[in-house]
Formats: sequence, structure tokens, C-alpha cells
Amino acid sequence: MSPVLECVELKKHFAVGRASRLHAVDNVSFAIGAGESVGLVGESGCGKSTLVRLVTRMLDPSAGDIVYRGRNIGFIPARVFAATPFRPKIQMVFQDPSDSLNPRHTAFDAIAEPVRRLGNGKPVAPQVEQAARKVGLPGELLPRYPHQLSGGQKARVGIARAIALEPDLLVLDEPTAALDVSVQATILKLLAQLKRDLGMSYLFVSHDLNVVRMLCDRVIVMYLGRIVEQGPAQAIFDAPAHPYTRALIQAIPSVGGRPEGRELLPGEPRSPIDPDPRVCRFFGRCPKQVDRCQKEAPLLRELRPGHFVACHFA
Amino acid sequence: MSLLEVKDLTLEFRTRSGTVRALENVGLTVDKGETVGIVGESGSGKSVLSYAAMRILDPAARITRGSVHFAGQDVLAASEHDMQQVRGREMAMIFQSPRTALNPIRRAGRQIEDVLRVHTTTLRSDLRKRAIEALAQVRIPDPERRYQAYPFELSGGQCQRVMIALALACDPQLLIADEPTTGLDVTTQAAVMALVSELARARGMATVLITHDLALASEYCDRIVVMHAGHVVEEAPTAELFRAPRHPYTARLIASTPTPQKSVDGLSSIPGNLPDLRRADLPSCRFLARCERALESCASQALPDVPVAAAHRVHCFNPL
Repeated sequence: MSPVLECVELKKHFAVGRASRLHAVDNVSFAIGAGESVGLVGESGCGKSTLVRLVTRMLDPSAGDIVYRGRNIGFIPARVFAATPFRPKIQMVFQDPSDSLNPRHTAFDAIAEPVRRLGNGKPVAPQVEQAARKVGLPGELLPRYPHQLSGGQKARVGIARAIALEPDLLVLDEPTAALDVSVQATILKLLAQLKRDLGMSYLFVSHDLNVVRMLCDRVIVMYLGRIVEQGPAQAIFDAPAHPYTRALIQAIPSVGGRPEGRELLPGEPRSPIDPDPRVCRFFGRCPKQVDRCQKEAPLLRELRPGHFVACHFA
Repeated sequence: MSLLEVKDLTLEFRTRSGTVRALENVGLTVDKGETVGIVGESGSGKSVLSYAAMRILDPAARITRGSVHFAGQDVLAASEHDMQQVRGREMAMIFQSPRTALNPIRRAGRQIEDVLRVHTTTLRSDLRKRAIEALAQVRIPDPERRYQAYPFELSGGQCQRVMIALALACDPQLLIADEPTTGLDVTTQAAVMALVSELARARGMATVLITHDLALASEYCDRIVVMHAGHVVEEAPTAELFRAPRHPYTARLIASTPTPQKSVDGLSSIPGNLPDLRRADLPSCRFLARCERALESCASQALPDVPVAAAHRVHCFNPL
């Protein structure tokens, strides 16, 4: 089965000052299959958002390929990407539904905008109503402005306008981070159901690993611009192979859990500016580090079929 | 006697669009050295309750009933001068989004010195040393250098550590932590919470942890108070609350929290929204419209306060 989206040795370096470069995304390769949902986790500053902006073609890569259904779309400059037929196929749900909706547009306008700009020229209203129906947004709410909607309703508007064009790939950037748990539960159920009904692929960015585990088939763990572990969600959660993944999973609070005995990561991440290619990115915080880790950075290797890890000790 | 004792507190905000009844008959007690969690969804009144306890309310707020006592002192009757002596020295607060709570144009070390200068008798010549010690205590690496740093030069986790250093500079008896780790990464959250609970234990300091994360509260709190729409609906020792929640809202909240064992289908949601607290005809139980156990009598009677076990109370006509 050919993937919907494949990134090959993707890099994004930002210039910092005259001579330095910040390695936001460094040699990242992964694929998303049809109907598959892939979780992307990692702490702030690890390059998740940059990667998302590369994949959604809002940012141009420094090197590497972004292949959508066999066509390399990484070469299309971000500023003309919206004019290509690929734009409707890769859509995004943003983090905060309040901040990402225009306060002077009604729910109808918000959902209609992508349909008007990128749609097939058919009447707009039926398509908006259909998208609203799919996300369970009652029709009588469509004339309302964002301030007249609850958090959950706004989240539904954000999802409706992303799926209005029937994309193949939906990129979700922390879609429930701003919601209360009770609302989060309904939105997660909606996302699971939409995936079943519409057969879209998801790239799901979240820092809430419990949520990722619920919704995703596969998980990518990033640390300082690199993928440190990638594999089936169940395998990653049951038997994390990278010490960073292990710390990440251990750090999730759980009802009835105790904080004692939790391995805390000491210190701060290394600088992403001109990192030494010989040193493991996790060096300095790793509980397992040895001298070899700063002489030879571990490469991503296949531990078991489909399960990759970048650590000398896995 | 409890360290903090809030009794029957009723508080409203006068706004242009009506009176918001933010708290009604709310009680909260915190004993010396204990950690109490206040949990609930946004708009439930968690933060307002803690602001009232410190008397740092917005001018639009009016307390119409009830009392707040801290270490025997009547907080609502105290003069502003007296409160200034208490705040920062005896009770301190750490806020959500530490980067906005810190002064952006003052060096981290200077901000700690400000607290020491106002509240302690530290000699001017010792201020710098004490501030660096405070930074070292919250385990900021290289404290001499971080003393010079502005908030924008620090990571989110480090800003929160500076906030904690500020709050704990005078060894308060009570620390109120209002969503201290929202917006931080899980790994940083674990480190910040470990730091807070360790310092609290070492100093015998009482902590109020305000959070919407039930799992987080369950790990760190001795006792949990559940709030909904300006009411305390249930309070119980942590283990008991999760083992046998008695208020339908608590049970729903627990069922809607993702855990490693639950699937999406196993997740339950809470129907409806918080009621509009400006309504003049708010029912005595504000969960009524969302509740599947509601009885006919729920709308008419005054909300009961039912003790169900030792230190476990529920405010419901028809508890589970």
C-alpha cells in the first residue's frame, strides 16, 4: 500500500545570527499510510510544530522530500502551494479553537471560507451544512459568532472547516489542549468516528500521551529535531525502547499513581543551534549515557519490524 | 484549628451583563502541612476561591456572605496593610503561565530580592546571596548566571522555578498553586511538581493545588475538593474519592479522564454545559440540567451537605 504522505530526510534549518543555524528538523523520515493515524509527540522546542508546518506546506524545507501520493510537493514554494490542487487534500485543525477562528466571522463563514477559496465551484451552503452535520454541529448554530459558541462547539467548527474539502490527510495540532476533560472526551470520540467514516489519515500532534495512545496506530517521538523512536502505538507504550520515550511515558500522571520512584530528566535540552553531529541529542539528560554517546550519535535502526529507535542501548 | 478556613463563602461579580454568582456557600479547610486539591472544569470557581482566600479579588467582586480565616486571622476584615504583611510572607501563590506572571523587564534575581526586601529583614548586602540561594534551592542550573537573566531568556520550566523561588522566599505556611504546570511539558511538569511537593514536605508547608487534571491531583493531594459552577459538590480523601465517588459530577469527571487503560469508546463525556451563572433563577443544584440522577425535588430544596464517611462530604440530594 503506497503511503498518503512520505517525508524523506526532511530538514529545516533556520539562520541564527550570521554564521549559526538552528536545526529545528533534522533528517526526519516517516510515512503515513491511507487511513492511518500517526501520533507525533515530544516536548516544546523539539521541532513538532516546524515539522507540521513543513508537512502542511506552510514552510519550505531546507532539504529533503515531502511526497504526497507519489508526487514530490516539497519543491513547491509555500507561498504558491495554496494555488495547487494539493492544498485541499492536506488540511489542518489548529490548537486553540478560540484563537484560530476569526471573531468577526460566523461559524458558517468560517466553514465556508475554504470551500469558497479551494472548493469545486458547487454551491457552498450545502457543503457547509454537510460538514457541520458530520461534526455534530447543529445547523442553528451556524449563524453564530465565535463568542456565542462554547469551547466544544468552537472546536467542532475548527474540525468542520478542515474536513469540508474532504482531505486525505488531516493534521491536528493539539486539538484538545484548550478543552476541559468532559468536552475533550466528546471531541476525541468525534475524531475517532470521523476517521472511521471518512477514511482520512491523521497526523496527530499532542503532548498528552494518553490521548495519543487512544487515537493513534503509530507514534513518532521527537527530541531536538530528530526522531528518537517510531513504531506501533501499543509497542511504544508497552515497551518504550528509548530512554526519552520511557521518561515521557513515566511522567504522565495517572489516577492512583504515585510520583515517587519516577525517573526525572535532569537539566535542560541541549542547544539546537549548530549541534555537534557526533553527540547524541539526548546526551546530558539521559540516565543511560556513557562516553560513547558523545563520540558517536546513535542512528535510527529497526529494533523489530516497524519499530525504530535511535539509541545505543535499545 | 485549621490553617485556612473558608466558610459559606458567597461571592458575586457585578458586570454590565448582569450579576455573575461565581461562588455560593463554598467551604474549604486546609490544615497545616497538608496538600489539598481543588479540581473542576474552567468556570467552576477554583481560581476565584483561591483569590478570595488571599483577598486579591477583582474590584468587581463582592463577598455577600461567609468568612475566610487564615491562621486565626479574619482575612475579610483585616486592613489592607495587614494583608500585605500576610501575602507573600505567610501565604504565597504561584500562577499559571509563569512567563506572564513574572515582570518581563526585571532580572529574575532582582524579582526575588524585591520579595526579600519587602517581607524580610535581610540586610541589603546579603540580598544577592539570598536570591542566588533561592534560585539554587529550586534547582535552577548555574544560579549565579540565571540571577542575571530576564524571563524571556529562560525556558517555561525555568520561569516556573523562578516563580516557585519567589513564592517560597519567605517560607510561607501556605502555598496556593493555581494550575502551576498547565502549558509545561509532561517531563517538566513532573519535575516542577516533584520540586513543589518536596519543598512543601521539607518545610511543613500546606499546599492548595488548583488543577483541571484529576490524575495530577490524585498523585499529589491528600484530599480533593471538587467544584462545579461555583459550588463545592464533593470533598474526600484522594483514594476514597476515586474509589467511591458519590456525586454524579465527580463520577462523570473521573469517567471522562483518559487513562492508559481506557479506549476512546470507554471514555464518557458530560452532557451539557455549565449553567449561565448570571441567571436569576439558578436552581439550588447547579448540576441539575446535566445530571442523569436528578429527582423532581432537586430543583426546589436547598442543597444538602451530606457527610458520607470520615472527611467525605457530598452536596447532592441523590448521591451515588
